[in-house]
Amino acid sequence: MAELTMVQAINLALEQEMEKDDSVHVLGEDVGVDGGVFRVTDGLLKKFGEDRVMDTPLAESAIVGMSVGMAIAGLKPVCELQFSGFSYFAFHQLEGQAARMRWRTRGRYNVPMVCRIPYGGGVRALEHHSESREAYYAHTPGLKMVIPSGPRNARALLVSAMRDPDPVIFFEGKAIYRAFREEVPDEEETIPLGESQIAREGGDLTMITYGAMTHRTLEAAEKLAEEDGIEAEVIDLLSISPLDDEKLSESVRKTGRVVIVHEAHRSFGPGAEIIARINEKSFYYLEAPIQRVTGYDVITPYFAREQDYIPDVARIITGARQAMAD
Amino acid sequence: MPRKKIKLEHSVEYLSILDEKGKPDKDLDPKIDKDTLLRMHRTMLLSRRFDEYQLRWQKQGRIGTFAPAKGQEASQIGSIAAVEDDDWMVPSFRETSVALWRGTPMSGLLLFNAGYNEGGEIPEGQNDLPISIPVASQITEAVGIAYAMKMQKKDRLVVSYFGDGATSEGDFHEALNFSQVFNTPNIFICQNNQWAISVPREQQTESRTLAQKALAYGMPGIQVDGNDPLAVYTATREAAERARKGDGPTLIECVTYRLSVHTTADDPGKYRDEEEEEKWEERDPIPRFQQYLKDRRILRKKDIDALEKEIDDEVKSAWDEVEEQIESLDDPLVMFDHLFEERPAYLEEQRQTMKQYREDNDG
Ligand SMILES: Cc1ncc(C[n+]2csc(CCOP(=O)(O)OP(=O)(O)O)c2C)c(N)n1
Ligand SMILES: [Mg+2]
Repeated sequence: MAELTMVQAINLALEQEMEKDDSVHVLGEDVGVDGGVFRVTDGLLKKFGEDRVMDTPLAESAIVGMSVGMAIAGLKPVCELQFSGFSYFAFHQLEGQAARMRWRTRGRYNVPMVCRIPYGGGVRALEHHSESREAYYAHTPGLKMVIPSGPRNARALLVSAMRDPDPVIFFEGKAIYRAFREEVPDEEETIPLGESQIAREGGDLTMITYGAMTHRTLEAAEKLAEEDGIEAEVIDLLSISPLDDEKLSESVRKTGRVVIVHEAHRSFGPGAEIIARINEKSFYYLEAPIQRVTGYDVITPYFAREQDYIPDVARIITGARQAMAD
Repeated sequence: MPRKKIKLEHSVEYLSILDEKGKPDKDLDPKIDKDTLLRMHRTMLLSRRFDEYQLRWQKQGRIGTFAPAKGQEASQIGSIAAVEDDDWMVPSFRETSVALWRGTPMSGLLLFNAGYNEGGEIPEGQNDLPISIPVASQITEAVGIAYAMKMQKKDRLVVSYFGDGATSEGDFHEALNFSQVFNTPNIFICQNNQWAISVPREQQTESRTLAQKALAYGMPGIQVDGNDPLAVYTATREAAERARKGDGPTLIECVTYRLSVHTTADDPGKYRDEEEEEKWEERDPIPRFQQYLKDRRILRKKDIDALEKEIDDEVKSAWDEVEEQIESLDDPLVMFDHLFEERPAYLEEQRQTMKQYREDNDG
């Protein structure tokens, strides 16, 4: 057991899996000598050499396209795109090739690759470095989309993602890369893709969130308990696609009240889909309209105003209180 | 004959006019007029000092991440000084010297770096595009603008900037191909500063030069000493003449060096050695240009001293101005502005929600 940041925990997952499985390769811009711009791949080049830790030329489309080819032919690429804002350079490879290869070849080929992408705001970064656009990927048939909320589940999820037979988009919240440490066991842990976790138990209100927002949501839940006597259940989704319908239904049927928190834009965001699922499966258990606390439908403002864009604890509490109103 | 050679007469010219000590090749000296030379020098020096102040302010948390231009002033000023003020300029994210030459106020650049969208405003009358961070993506826009100039029969060309790393992106290749196919008045300035974050130029591509990438598209490509403002100026001037005559685009590779960090979030100690940096310090474009100007008796030591003082005051007062401006910029509702010409109802509703929320919470 060691106390690790999320950066270190992801690094541990990569290192252990590369040791275990020599078909795992890491590739991307600055992932080798530099150890990645966030240092997530630090030390891997030294340990595994440049055939397996590839500093690529600057071309996202080729990074992903090459990964697709490697995966078809028996390797397990874990590629890094430096920021989600630059993943669109490779969108056609993800949508048009990675996501479709199994389907198009009627199962002859599959694409066991992971695309690691830092996402989200809160680190005073430049334009294109702060968005939370997981919906693009969750909306794409054939892709799985996961977002850890901390060191321990990041490590476990990444191991599962690397062993998954299909392409997985793995978003890493920049704001929580180094924000806190957690005990991460040396021995292997996995979390099945598509399974969410209860981050806090409660019976009055269901708060659904994921990624960096999990922490603000938990903080809001504690305040709600103190100030309003409301015991909220916080569900940390972990997988945006596939969604853990079962756990959502269970909690919603217990509480009847729901607030969804995400940093992503509001319209057509993950919250919209979650509400639809709840309506489809548990509508008659609801006691009040479901609330959403989200980023606005504007381009994430430059960093001086990003905290006004990203949901904060006070906004989450306001949303929760609305969900509790009769 | 089943097999034969297709003869391709391709070569890339290399141009350098000032040697490392600032002595010009007399035959090649473009004989730029004195006022322009002084303005070039002043802007290079201003850009350098502005970078230095910004590095300090970044460490103090007054501004956020930015990409210094240090070392690349000659590539930037040599090229932009060779085109007209009403030509178009399409930057990437490191063109501080170019921005200053074009008239962008330092306060605007600072405001941008301090995280305010207001800093991205392009001053009226300046045909510049804003900073573009997604590498190489702006090059295709530059081709579109040039095509529009051609269609509208305006005698304007487009200078666009990007780095060595950018030449690996598809957008770079697509842009050059389109430009040549549609014969647009473009000048593509590749600042080969030897590094793309931690990836050295030799690892970016196996091509011997970056200039030769143009040849594949049937476009002339030239490599110049990017730390020699006269060479960059001359190459750009020639490219501009060709573009204005309707003879199409040119790729100019400026061989230069990023003397500073990639951005303030970067640590070059991780991937390059100081020896290399020192070697390039000796080729610093600014002292070299100063020597040339001194030898031509256009600039004296005491002029430089006075200029340094003037620039120092200018940079500091730009910050004072920004500090004052920032105090009036606390309204986050502006994030709802400028998304569309008319704000749709759903967005207005969100704006009102934020407004109400702020009032309720004394925001
Ligand atoms: C499409 C895209 N991918 C990645 C990045 C992150 N990034 C910013 S600058 C840079 C290197 C650029 O190198 P180069 O083109 O040589 O320009 P330089 O920074 O040296 O001026 C990278 C990888 C980005 N901004 N855009
Ligand atoms: Mg470069």
